[in-house]
Amino acid sequence: MKIGWALALAGMLVFLLPRARHMLKNSPKADKGDWMALLLPLILVVGFVVLLILAVS
Amino acid sequence: MQPNYQTMTQTGDLAQVRNKVLKNTYTLLSMTLLFSALAAGISIAINPPHFTSLVTSISALLLMWFVLPKTANSGAGVLVVFAVTGLLGFGLGPLLNAYLHTANGSQIIMTSLGGTGIIFLALSAYALATRRDFSFMGGMLMVGMIVVVIAALANIFLEMPALSLTISAVVILLMSGFILYDTSRIVNGGETNYIMATIGLYLSIYNIFVSLLQLLGVFGGDD
Repeated sequence: MKIGWALALAGMLVFLLPRARHMLKNSPKADKGDWMALLLPLILVVGFVVLLILAVS
Repeated sequence: MQPNYQTMTQTGDLAQVRNKVLKNTYTLLSMTLLFSALAAGISIAINPPHFTSLVTSISALLLMWFVLPKTANSGAGVLVVFAVTGLLGFGLGPLLNAYLHTANGSQIIMTSLGGTGIIFLALSAYALATRRDFSFMGGMLMVGMIVVVIAALANIFLEMPALSLTISAVVILLMSGFILYDTSRIVNGGETNYIMATIGLYLSIYNIFVSLLQLLGVFGGDD
């Protein structure tokens, strides 16, 4: 089982690496305010997950 | 002053195409989620051995890497999406069965399901309402994915619970980023193929659900 999962993840790496290189080269630069617009929902997601953890523990 | 009718028509056409892609994506996504849930239900009832998850995951990956790109522009692509989501849903059976055999397993599963739904709906609504272009995140998200895959690969042999939890938490954040990225690409015309858009959003939802399940299972489990 371990070897099987390791092979699947290794295959995923082989598949992802060229795509990541391509996307890193071709992704546009962030404009002013883009990072704030991204951080806000992500912070809310973190808060929500913490809330869920507290709800079940 | 003469209005630029050609530009207005082109803008109208583009908006029409985006709305169509968005509508088709959400229709197909809801159908595949239902199909995936049905496959997971069958798998729970059959209770297949644990290696089923490995077999179905590898089959789904192979379909996504080698078959889907060739069929994404035809009707056959829809069948491939159903095959991928059905396989991934069926592969969840052994994991869900393991949770169902714990004292508050069903509560953890339902909380994960509800939590995933709320995260997806809230992030989609945010990306749709702001119409902001999140394409700048593409490279960062892919690098994050590679780091996560390397960490997961290492943890297969290291078996460190803390690393496993960290990976789950990071996956939830990464997949949240992917939901914003994929939705903004549809809204801003970067993605015009609803089959590819559907599979991207489905994988984000699937990964958030599995990671949330693991986090809640550890923090909320009785054992």
